[in-house]
Amino acid sequence: METCTLVSMSILLGVLVRWGVSFNSYSGAGKPPMFGDYEAQRHWQEVTYNLPIQEWYFNTTDNDLNYWGLDYPPLTAFHSLLCAHVAKLINPEWVKLLGSRGYESPAHKLFMRATVLAADLLVYIPAVVLYCCYLTNGSTNKKVGTLLCILLYPGLILIDYGHFQYNGLSLGLTLWGVLGLGLGWDALGSLAFSLALNYKQMELYHALPFFCYLLGKCARQGLTGRGLFSLVKIAVTVLVTFALCWLPFLSDPEQALQVLRRIFPVARGLFEDKVANAWCSLNVLIKIRSILSSDSQFYLSFAVTLLAITPSSLKLLKTPTFWQFKLALVNSSLAFFLFSYQVHEKSILLAALPVCLLLNDLPLVAIYFLQVSTFSMLPLLLKDGLLMPYAVTSLAFLVLSTHLLSALERCTEAQLRLEGYRRLAAWLPAWLTRLDLARIIRRKFYSSLVLMVGLSVASVALPPPAGLPDLFPVLVSTFSFLHFLGTFIYFNIVQLSTPQGKQKTL
Amino acid sequence: MAAPVESSGWFPALAIAVSLLKCLFINAYHSTDFEVHRNWLAITHSLPISRWYYENTSEWTLDYPPLFAWFEYGLSQAAVHFDRGMLVVENLNYASPATILFQRLSVVFADLVFIYAVKECCTTVREEKAAKDLLRRPCFVLAVLLLWNFGLFIVDHIHFQYNGFLFGFLLLSVARHLQARHLEGALWFSIVLNLKHINLYVAPAYGIYLLRCFCFTQDNTDGSLRWRSFSPVRLVSLGAVVLSVTAASFGPFVAMGQLPQVLSRLFPFKRGLCHAYWAPNFWALYNVLDKALSMLGVRLGLLDVAGLPKASMTGGLVQEFQHAVLPSVSPPTALLCTLLAMLPALWCVWRRPCGGRGFLRCLVQCALASFMFSWHVHEKAVLLAVLPLSILAVESRRDAGIFLMLATTGHYSLFPLLFTPAEFPIKVLLMLLFTIYSFSALRNLFSGEGSLLHPLEALYLLGLVAVEVLCEVVFPLSPWQQTLPFVPLLVTSVYCALGVSYSFVRLYVSLLTQEVTEKTKRL
Repeated sequence: METCTLVSMSILLGVLVRWGVSFNSYSGAGKPPMFGDYEAQRHWQEVTYNLPIQEWYFNTTDNDLNYWGLDYPPLTAFHSLLCAHVAKLINPEWVKLLGSRGYESPAHKLFMRATVLAADLLVYIPAVVLYCCYLTNGSTNKKVGTLLCILLYPGLILIDYGHFQYNGLSLGLTLWGVLGLGLGWDALGSLAFSLALNYKQMELYHALPFFCYLLGKCARQGLTGRGLFSLVKIAVTVLVTFALCWLPFLSDPEQALQVLRRIFPVARGLFEDKVANAWCSLNVLIKIRSILSSDSQFYLSFAVTLLAITPSSLKLLKTPTFWQFKLALVNSSLAFFLFSYQVHEKSILLAALPVCLLLNDLPLVAIYFLQVSTFSMLPLLLKDGLLMPYAVTSLAFLVLSTHLLSALERCTEAQLRLEGYRRLAAWLPAWLTRLDLARIIRRKFYSSLVLMVGLSVASVALPPPAGLPDLFPVLVSTFSFLHFLGTFIYFNIVQLSTPQGKQKTL
Repeated sequence: MAAPVESSGWFPALAIAVSLLKCLFINAYHSTDFEVHRNWLAITHSLPISRWYYENTSEWTLDYPPLFAWFEYGLSQAAVHFDRGMLVVENLNYASPATILFQRLSVVFADLVFIYAVKECCTTVREEKAAKDLLRRPCFVLAVLLLWNFGLFIVDHIHFQYNGFLFGFLLLSVARHLQARHLEGALWFSIVLNLKHINLYVAPAYGIYLLRCFCFTQDNTDGSLRWRSFSPVRLVSLGAVVLSVTAASFGPFVAMGQLPQVLSRLFPFKRGLCHAYWAPNFWALYNVLDKALSMLGVRLGLLDVAGLPKASMTGGLVQEFQHAVLPSVSPPTALLCTLLAMLPALWCVWRRPCGGRGFLRCLVQCALASFMFSWHVHEKAVLLAVLPLSILAVESRRDAGIFLMLATTGHYSLFPLLFTPAEFPIKVLLMLLFTIYSFSALRNLFSGEGSLLHPLEALYLLGLVAVEVLCEVVFPLSPWQQTLPFVPLLVTSVYCALGVSYSFVRLYVSLLTQEVTEKTKRL
């Protein structure tokens, strides 16, 4: 069958599933006074539409920052403004200043869902299609299989079309950046990534690999000749993009500073809720927040994060290949997720995106990670009433991805890129080198699946024991943390052990 | 649905994927049929059998044959564990989340019958040369065409009905006939007939074929019937199978002397010739022709406006349609037309059965004939022809062309079932998904044998896109939306009626010319 038929069918299926999920509830539905992320997005439309741009990030009588104040970079605000203009055309009630707080109706829900779909159709889905067509290896069937799997990744769909956010937009822009770099259009790639950064500050998780890859590449071309020229070109692109996004706030330094303060709320603490990262999991054993002062928490997490990303960044700087770049994206975003300050459970999507890009190269580990990443958001999804779509999309993804990518057949040690690990054998104790890693990973995959099903069922069906109301969320986050840590170590081994100059060919 | 790499285990993957997709639409719009089935659950669960066909608290009285009532009774035993509220007859329009979940899941699980039947159908597909690429194998294409059928999906899992379950039995009986296991085939057919009496549409095909190929055991050398080979034993065993199923279904009601009441519920001839939304069949064209002629007559001064039947169509969606110029149609006329339309197909099967495939062709022909000419046809009945035709479509190029024509128009004619804005993307996406797949898969299957559609046919099908844009995008924004709200439905139904009628004629042409070519070959 022709490639374009298969591609269009995959896209249709991807969109269909997205729209199917959107029939379900969203965060904070019918829960006054604060509602949830859905109301936050609606509120931003209201604020940006009605207030002058200088008041967007300031607390005024018309703009109560304690009620879902704008805390994303300017591009998000502009996007809200655009949506607000459309909303105003359909029904002015939706964006009425102050009067529209907590507005909910089936028509409005339809509108909000449609804005998410529009963003996906314009940014995320084309980027995924292009990536699969041009930057993956293998037969047509394999490429289309990868495409379908990436489009059906449940985590992103559930958060964007269930919980309600526009991650497709920021991740899509990042993906356009990756595409630019992969196809050799470095300036365009950095333009796209700068836009992503200006849409969501969390994209900083991906910034270091972009920086190291581009710097390494320029250095390779010679920092005195052509390399310098490319570097200047990229730097100018980035600066101009940033300047354009921030233009309305540059007139007054106080404006820019206020935006920065809103975007990076250092005062909010090391972590909130139950996140599957190192600090929250450590909290089960040591109450870290009561031992350390707020400042030292910040410095501690900063130092540990820096330590965690250094090896992969240095390796990328030295060997700026696209393969290394993809791995570094995973390692960097995972390091940030695991160790940095103020992490949300949804931030795992930032790590999931680069892992999706590796679905074709390392199917088993990628599927494994993506399943766990969806599972790690279970408490949030349950709170939003998304149990059914969670179960359906996770199961569908598991069945389709293992089937289409033949994940369980493609997992010899070589295919898992673990030959490099053997070369470390000299330094390792003998029993460690005797292990059959491929078999261990496959077995762990099965046992984790069973555990995830068990924990999901328990979270839904069993009342928590009297003394431990948070038992299941804590179990879920600790379970996920261990898996993320394992994945982090695995991807670091793969990245660091790839011999210099050797491209992946399997 | 794309590209499984290895060829084992593709069937379960397809089936699981589509079942999961069905579960995704639990919270989508559902029609009044949801309440119909909830009411039946309540009736069968909380009332004695003797009350089942008399109960009329809800306007949605039980009007399926008794075996289906037994099925609802079985379901209600599980429903107890979800929400008892749905089993109270007085709880009209009861739709708690648990009720919705239960009813939706019951459809998904009942579809297991359908999945099994599709699997059986796939094993009967003839494969001349096993293609290396899975996507080019007829049995794979057939599985997708049936499991992912657009019409079945939206009618069952969004609109809400149990057609997949019912078609499961029908396809199973077709598969058994194709495997030459006639008694089993007859058993499954009598079951499905006792589940939903719409299957009477295809009963003549079964009757003639079983009589011809099962009760007569031998043909003459030229393929004509050898009268002396009649086997009474087979006739008796066939009769025993059919009668025992019917007895199990209707027996209790006959014993209670309720048969007339049950039958009056099953065949309500008080309804009009056409459903509120005209099914795209012959009568839709007939109505429009009548309307056009009467308008022309008034324009030319041949007819008097005062003499015309009042409010024909201007009131929007009228059930009772008085014809102004052409003769009005009565139920017996419709029945006669239907039988006449079936007759040639039945005659062909009687004269030269051509094995299971000849039977299948006759079945499709009967289903389509009933759809074209019967009294008060629902638009969903087109599936009765589309699904069995899928089996023929993957085996011959000519049938593939007709299938594309019939399936695309027939499916499009289901669009008005889903009219809510939120469901609009779903029907469009699903329709595109199915149509793109069926076109490209069938073209691939018969690549090298010429194109499947005549350019004019392709043009007609492209016209559907224009109709859709006009009816659902342009028209609602125009001032006519207020004054002539029925126009989109009218246009849809007439435009689709053309395609369905055309497919009907082409199927007949291919049946009869096949006959002729075989005859000349023999000479």
